[in-house]
Amino acid sequence: MFRKIALTAAATLALSGGAALAAGGGGHTHDVAFSFEGPFGTFDQMQLQRGLQIYTEVCAACHGLQYVPIRTLSDASGPGLPEDQVRAYAEQTFEVFDEELDDYRPAKPTDHFPANTDAGAPDLSLMAKARAGFHGPYGTGLSQLINGMGGAEHIYSILVGYTGEEKEEAGTIFYENTAFDGGWISMAPPLYGEDVEYADGHSNSLHHESEDVAAFLMWAAEPKMMARKQAGFVGVIFLTILTVLLYATNKRIWKPIKKAAKES
Amino acid sequence: MSGIPHDPYEPKTGAEKWVEKRIGAIGLVHGTMMIPTPKNLNWMWIWGIILAFCLGLQIVTGIILAMHYTPHVDLAFASIEHIMRNVNGGHFLRYLHMNGASLFFLAVYLHIFRGLYYGSYKSPREITWIIGILIYLCMMGTAFMGYVLPWGQMSFWGATVITGLFGAIPFIGDSIQTWLLGGPAVDNATLNRFFSLHYLLPFVIAGLTIVHIWAFHSTGNNNPAGIDVRTASKDEVKKDTVGFWPYFVIKDFFALALILVIFFAIVGFMPNYLGHPDNYIEANPLVTPAHIVPEWYFLPFYAILRAFTADVWVVMFTDWITFGIVDAKFFGVIAMFGAIIVWALVPWLDTSRIRSGRFRPMFRWWFAIYCVDFVVLTWVGAMPAEGIYPYIALAGAAYWFAYFLVILPLLGVLEKPEPMPETIEADFNAHYGKPSSETAATPAE
Repeated sequence: MFRKIALTAAATLALSGGAALAAGGGGHTHDVAFSFEGPFGTFDQMQLQRGLQIYTEVCAACHGLQYVPIRTLSDASGPGLPEDQVRAYAEQTFEVFDEELDDYRPAKPTDHFPANTDAGAPDLSLMAKARAGFHGPYGTGLSQLINGMGGAEHIYSILVGYTGEEKEEAGTIFYENTAFDGGWISMAPPLYGEDVEYADGHSNSLHHESEDVAAFLMWAAEPKMMARKQAGFVGVIFLTILTVLLYATNKRIWKPIKKAAKES
Repeated sequence: MSGIPHDPYEPKTGAEKWVEKRIGAIGLVHGTMMIPTPKNLNWMWIWGIILAFCLGLQIVTGIILAMHYTPHVDLAFASIEHIMRNVNGGHFLRYLHMNGASLFFLAVYLHIFRGLYYGSYKSPREITWIIGILIYLCMMGTAFMGYVLPWGQMSFWGATVITGLFGAIPFIGDSIQTWLLGGPAVDNATLNRFFSLHYLLPFVIAGLTIVHIWAFHSTGNNNPAGIDVRTASKDEVKKDTVGFWPYFVIKDFFALALILVIFFAIVGFMPNYLGHPDNYIEANPLVTPAHIVPEWYFLPFYAILRAFTADVWVVMFTDWITFGIVDAKFFGVIAMFGAIIVWALVPWLDTSRIRSGRFRPMFRWWFAIYCVDFVVLTWVGAMPAEGIYPYIALAGAAYWFAYFLVILPLLGVLEKPEPMPETIEADFNAHYGKPSSETAATPAE
């Protein structure tokens, strides 16, 4: 039986390792210790708010966030902004096209963040789940097993991965980036450090800004992460209790049968 | 229903008598639950319950997900995000359904390999086995079409590649592919019919499952010793068996609960681990992903499909002898389906009359290699088809067919089986008897 369990475990590991390997992109990804990693990791509300500021002031110029409803900015397990602040933010920041008015109007909290295809830049709603990060150590995927797929780490690595080299190809300028698959990305370096002034006085170095916006995009991609982990944890606790009870029940009902076998 | 003699159902209360006189339903359920079950079944016999649970889980979560899903190329991806963000508990339901498929396949592979080791396919259980293979085929179809529904990049390109397999059939392949897709390429018509069939097939599986259970209730369960329950008298039956209820129901539920602890940890803490990040990018017919990789549970067969490239001599010879009708692409498709067909034929390919691998010294080794082969094929299926990987895949695929077509037929003739216990009772007692009389080859708890 133990040989079989060992075999099963080895098979499962091999299978999952294979899947994780296949999921990895090219390029070098930094391993960042985000607050939301691991089974008990949670979002850092202040960090999400700072990340929202970066998204609004920098990324939103080219990138949309079309699957994220603006109202979710007031979610307690998200940035947790007060509702009146979210309303003001929506009105002052975005204009959306209203089919009933047949015209543009200021956005309301019930609207989604607008899509933005002007510069041909990809939508960022799910970017943190659509990329895999650090899949080590040694390509085993164990980091992903514990810390998550690492899409936020990939975003961080892209933002800090510019080497400063440029090249022109067919009229497009490409920028060398150590994290990007293929090494050359068409996005100009969006952050240099000190691009925004944080209200909470947090450091606005390139390193911190990149972490903040990566964390915000992780929340944008997986807004129910904290609810999910809680549900998973409650499930694990109750099922563990059930397992113990069933183990005891099983032992008990088999006892006379096994006893009879012993006495034979 | 059972071929093993046991006490029939006697309605006791007035209500039971009233119902039983009009419909034999209570008796049927009673007969199913009280079936005499060999008492030496080990922990590898739990997977049936796990699979029944998985089917129920997938149907229940799937029906709720279908209430919020929109099968249209412009709306499908957004409707999944609607489920993930706006539907109450939708994110958890979807992750249960996603990872439920993985648990389903993990359990079915262990269930199949248990059958292969203990000879559960041998006479008189051939029909149980074949129904099982049909269930597995339906599972493959259901899982494949389900993976298309989120309409991500892997959904779209997976659908393109897999339906392309049918296009490899000579002469009629293109027509079949167009017919399957509902058009020249994967598009809205494809998504709609896949949604429809993804909803239908689980109920086909449920029906086949009933036949599967019916079949092995007619023959009785196999067991780790691979010997028959003595059926000369009820007394003998009682010595070899215990009732399915409560002994094995409780044992299986214990195993199920333990597995669900792990399952909920995966769903709660790392639900995307077994998925592919590319499927969070909306399907785009103009952009092909760098590596198109199926879900992990298809990887062994995907590896076999890709193993037979045009430079393998068997493929070249087949191409030449059939005047190019069976080219490398079609050969790969035949190999992939052939890998499952040999499963279905194993009751007749295995010539040994001994059921359980416990008493087959040579078989045990070849079987262990076959298990490793399965894992290696799974691993290599996820690798790009370059460098050394195609050779590993080819060796793995070759062993797969050699195992079923050469090794199993020969072993039955060459192998000298080890002594077996006389009865199931003896096997059980040998395991649970005094520590000094430890004679069983492998422990059967």
